[in-house]
Amino acid sequence: MYRYDEFDAELVNDRAEQFRRQTARRIAGELTEEQFRPLRLMNGLYLQLHAYMLRINVPYGVMSSRQLRKLAQIARDYDKGYGHWTTRQNLQLNWIQLQETPDILKELASVEMHCIQSSGNCIRNTTADEYAGVAADEIEDPRVYAELIRQWSTLHPEFSFLPRKFKIALTGSPNDRAAVKVHDIGLIMHRNDAGKPGFEVIVGGGLGRTPFVGKTIRKFIETRELLSYLEAILRVYNRLGRRDNKYKARIKILVHETGTEEFTRMVEEEYTRLAGGALEVPQEEIDRIDAYFAPPDYRALPAASETLREKRAENPAFDAWVEQNTHAHKQPGYIIANITVKTPGRAPGDMSSDQMEAVADLSDTFSFGELRVTHRQNLTLTDVEQDRLFELWERLVELDLATANHALIGDIIACPGLDYCALANARSIPVAQEIATRFEDIKRQKDVGPLELNISGCINACGHHHVGNIGILGVDRAGEELYQLQLGGCSREDAALADITGRGFAADKITDAVETVIDTYLELRNDGETFLDTYRRVGMDPFKQKLYDAA
Amino acid sequence: MTLLRRGEVIEDAFASAVGEESLPADGAVIVDLAQWQAQRDALLSRGAPVGVWLRPDDDPRALADDLSKLAVVALEFPAFTDGRAYSNARILREQLSYQGELRAVGDVLLEQLHFMDRVGFDVFEVRSEDAVQAWKTASADIDVWYQPTGDGRKTALQRRWGR
Ligand code: HEM
Ligand code: SF4
Repeated sequence: MYRYDEFDAELVNDRAEQFRRQTARRIAGELTEEQFRPLRLMNGLYLQLHAYMLRINVPYGVMSSRQLRKLAQIARDYDKGYGHWTTRQNLQLNWIQLQETPDILKELASVEMHCIQSSGNCIRNTTADEYAGVAADEIEDPRVYAELIRQWSTLHPEFSFLPRKFKIALTGSPNDRAAVKVHDIGLIMHRNDAGKPGFEVIVGGGLGRTPFVGKTIRKFIETRELLSYLEAILRVYNRLGRRDNKYKARIKILVHETGTEEFTRMVEEEYTRLAGGALEVPQEEIDRIDAYFAPPDYRALPAASETLREKRAENPAFDAWVEQNTHAHKQPGYIIANITVKTPGRAPGDMSSDQMEAVADLSDTFSFGELRVTHRQNLTLTDVEQDRLFELWERLVELDLATANHALIGDIIACPGLDYCALANARSIPVAQEIATRFEDIKRQKDVGPLELNISGCINACGHHHVGNIGILGVDRAGEELYQLQLGGCSREDAALADITGRGFAADKITDAVETVIDTYLELRNDGETFLDTYRRVGMDPFKQKLYDAA
Repeated sequence: MTLLRRGEVIEDAFASAVGEESLPADGAVIVDLAQWQAQRDALLSRGAPVGVWLRPDDDPRALADDLSKLAVVALEFPAFTDGRAYSNARILREQLSYQGELRAVGDVLLEQLHFMDRVGFDVFEVRSEDAVQAWKTASADIDVWYQPTGDGRKTALQRRWGR
């Protein structure tokens, strides 16, 4: 993975020291809370219901076991001994003291980590396909470009006070696992006719109170020109994005109000001024970064492991886990293993310091000391030898991290909701827990098949409910917590926003409603259809009838 | 208000006529874009330096042909959170090759001086008691920059490759 050189390291250290001074000025009363707010936000520090919340970047979701151990230690020393993996491929700590944050930033800097721009109206941590570099279906490794974007966007002098936050996601595979179409900018890699890699540029996607699927404004930009093109988009947005109303300030509104065609024209005009300029990335720099992402020392192995086949035949629980939680690797004899952090009865994405340390050990033993955080709040070990998968699974079982529910209904995305978040209308975590418990039987989950269920505690949509195949949104109706149900959303390459079923359900009825939806689907589905396939074929009506007519 | 040119406090030689009906009889003056466009010839014939004050939604390209005649361009930050002037500054410096004084006015927060410095501002209107010390702290805050801007400072990439 990428390693900081002296310049990267100096910047992160400078920044930690700068924040120490700013925090001291705040504590001494020299800065008002209003003046301090954007400074702390740009260092990932939010003021929440009960305490400060700190959001730690895991750039494009890639981290080493050493970094994970540091996160575990920070969670133990400065928080309550656990952390929360988020849809932004970050770690969130919910019980932080302001005076201790400079020390935390210093500890993070010692393992090449930081919280720079994990909140605030700036370019946020760039997210990427969690299988980057190892997926069999990939064109090229997108991490090189994610790292280039990380550097370009870090403390950008022009773009640190944008109209609103700005999120970029990218993927090197045509199968989008990074939800790029619901980001401010989404990048999908393609090859042009000459075989050169480049990116399709999608702008103006987003969730929140006004959700949009992004629009393609350019089919192909060469990789070395990527930063110039991004700078052109950001400049147009920074100058013209609305600042009169924070609910209309995201780039999606600018694209929508200006029209995609006119917006594209403005970006292209600015791009012609920047093209081939100082932001053009020299090939030697691309090669330098690429070298950090060189494949690890894989052993020469047969494509399919005999040991794995035998163990699967002997052990049905293991077999179920392999079927559900692993993914094809591009290297023969290796496999990608997903650790779903979705143990029934626990908050999605929550992990204790002890578990983090244990998983760090597993990544050292089984996966070259590297891990990924996924936007579905899980962890991934990318480079496991098939021969040793059983051994890994046994260790995961001991840690209570071997639930075989990856990409099934139990693998729920949920935002922190009313349990932690100051903006929430309703709880999300208990709803997620109840649904996961109702569908605890893995055989039943498998029978239901691939299904993304996403929950947000309010309209801000941190839990991606608009793009869940089933989405649940907490709303407040005259002081009562209600849950709106949405169907048919999708965050993939064929992204779509979900439709609302109708009036909301009370907290004690929402799990029943989800079950009704599932039962209806099971009755209606044709052979081989996923929930989404069926929904796309039959539409909302049959579900609506079942949900509301009986009542 | 204190006017700071990089590390030093300077006198403001300019009077502001923004929003005034008539221009002062003599002396250096700053006007807004509408005033400049309406009274361009009169302003130039006064024989004193002229500056133009741009609001964040003014297009700096409107001054493209006049920049060599202007002594100051002042870009307004109506609130420290309004970052449009950062882009306008770079357009003036890097695309329109403006060489004169580029002044940051309005809600100019010390914590932002290093960003402003990098996009091409050289004079800052600040409220601080001890602006010189504040400048020293702010400009020493960050030594490594990834982004090439018109200030010519070497980026991390250039330093990496010894350029
Ligand atoms: C707990 C405190 C949190 C607060 C106060 C908060 C606040 C917000 C707000 C206000 C928005 C709407 C922004 C807009 O539409 O302009 C939003 C969107 C979003 N947030 Fe959060 N959030 C929190 C936690 C999280 C967590 C834990 C995640 C996962 C990392 C997250 C990820 C997102 C995502 C994915 C969106 C929607 C996508 C988009 O930007 O359009 N947020 N958040
Ligand atoms: S969706 Fe709403 S409740 Fe959930 S974390 Fe975001 S702001 Fe908070």
